[in-house]
Amino acid sequence: MLNPDLKLNSKLFDADVEQKPIRDGYGDGLLIAGAENPNVVVLTADVAESTRVEAFAKKFPERFFECGVAEQGMATIAAGLGISGKIPFISSYATFSPGRNWEQIRTTIAYNDSNVKIAGHHAGISVGPDGATHQATEDIAMMRALPNMKVFVPCDAIEAKKATLAAAKIWGPVYLRFAREKTPIITTEETPFVPGKAIVLWESKRPQVLIIACGIMVYQSLRAAAELEKEKVGVMVLNVHTIKPLDEKAILEYAERAGAAVTVEEHQIAGGLGGAVAELLAARLPLPMEFVGMQDTFGESGTPAALIEKYGMGVGAVKDAVRCAKKRKS
Amino acid sequence: MEPLHEKKLQYLESLANRIRETIVEMLLHAGSGHSAGPLGMADIFTALYFHVLNHNPKAPDWAKRDRLVLSNGHICPVQYVTMAYAGYFPLEELKTLRKLNSRLQGHPHRKSLPGVETTSGPLGSGLGQVVGMALAARLDNAKHHIYCIASDAEHQEGNHWEAVMCAGKYRLSNLTLIVDRNNIQISGYTEDVMPLEPLREKYEAFRWHVLEIDGHNMTEFVDAVAEAKAIYEKPTVIIAHTIPGKGVSFMEQKYEWHGRAPNRDEAKKALSELRTLGRRIQSEHE
Repeated sequence: MLNPDLKLNSKLFDADVEQKPIRDGYGDGLLIAGAENPNVVVLTADVAESTRVEAFAKKFPERFFECGVAEQGMATIAAGLGISGKIPFISSYATFSPGRNWEQIRTTIAYNDSNVKIAGHHAGISVGPDGATHQATEDIAMMRALPNMKVFVPCDAIEAKKATLAAAKIWGPVYLRFAREKTPIITTEETPFVPGKAIVLWESKRPQVLIIACGIMVYQSLRAAAELEKEKVGVMVLNVHTIKPLDEKAILEYAERAGAAVTVEEHQIAGGLGGAVAELLAARLPLPMEFVGMQDTFGESGTPAALIEKYGMGVGAVKDAVRCAKKRKS
Repeated sequence: MEPLHEKKLQYLESLANRIRETIVEMLLHAGSGHSAGPLGMADIFTALYFHVLNHNPKAPDWAKRDRLVLSNGHICPVQYVTMAYAGYFPLEELKTLRKLNSRLQGHPHRKSLPGVETTSGPLGSGLGQVVGMALAARLDNAKHHIYCIASDAEHQEGNHWEAVMCAGKYRLSNLTLIVDRNNIQISGYTEDVMPLEPLREKYEAFRWHVLEIDGHNMTEFVDAVAEAKAIYEKPTVIIAHTIPGKGVSFMEQKYEWHGRAPNRDEAKKALSELRTLGRRIQSEHE
């Protein structure tokens, strides 16, 4: 059942559950962060509207910088602002930032330890019709590998707002990953968000498998959990909104209780959430583990829902992975 | 900034020559590193640290200091040596260049050495950071000036031009770019590898004020900086024509010396030439 302590959205499993693009939470968070701290500045590379920074630009025009379609320039300009006492948020699509400007992020933001927040929008295959060029499915891996970098992947618009506010308060480079499409609201304003602290959203009486998810796949995982419970398969769903630093304590504790784990992410299996969890479990608690995510392939054009199904990240795929992990325990 | 008087000029020219000698000694000790660029930029670095910059080597974090960003980080030997002479750290520490546990990294790192404003080495990323620093200074109503040194060959990087456009757009008159126009890069002459001319017109087209000087004439350089600081509404670029390997006959104008350090015999010969040059500078001013 849903964790009652977290004050989650009570209409979560309703057909008319409220839906909102995760990226909207970024825009909402920036407005609050900008009002709270005059050092917050926002940069974009010609995508102010789709990265939801227009409201900030309108309210704080002197703190908004349009860099043109120039993600490398944007990253280095932000690096200079960040080492001059500002808190820059750079906003573009994840395939370009951190995709195209990864080396600039590595040298001038991460190695430089500049206080820059990188917002990668349109992440994952759910970008849909734009096709594989615009579907970032490698960004978690790229950013997780950088020393000094923190990585947040919020599961809904409310969590995205909290993650944005937290990023503004944390010293140092942070990567924020946002999906484009409308996504069901899972959490509420009252749900706790502590960077680096994973939260158990669903817990069956006798959990047999631990599902570890992030981003839009948290909702898929919760739906899988509800269906599995009816099929007498108990699971836990852990929302790992912070991939780095990883909440090792929580993952080890819950994985030990369940005895098997499935990671679920809208990202390549190599190097993402699954990779991070596997590194931990292989060293500290080897147990049967399955991975749901992109299987070393690029996406294509299509509707988000159809793409999620075709590329093996739907509710059915999560359930299959859980059954497989459970079977491997015995 | 005061004009450069004859006595100060003599002092700076002699000092620049000593800095060249120390660069050669340092590179010999390190066993690797870049020779031509640092020797070519010794005059400008000397003029910056000993005449132009408003800075305090004993308080490298002083908020009101002018910022100097070295974009082409591989010429850091000249920056390290000049900083040591200016009093940022003991000259003795120059022997640690490129060695384990040193603050003098092979390419400069902001977190390693106080006084180094940013991390550089990967080319084309310095000016963007300078644009960010200039925007921050404007937001803060701060009066310090921000200088960027970039190589000519790093103009082949797209990242650099993105920053050039942005500085023009935001009319960042609180930044001055100094281009080391020495015509060489690691694999050949810049105009063979990737033609850059006409450089002046490129900057003018991007709304910059452009000055061209002899990069070994400190009076010209100081005058150019004064003009750059007086220009409002536009960023200024000073295209400084320099001789790579300046002062060492067998290194001058040779791209082969872009990325290598002298061996013992070469260093001995280089130092002998530089000492002769030093005596000539002294006598010229007498």
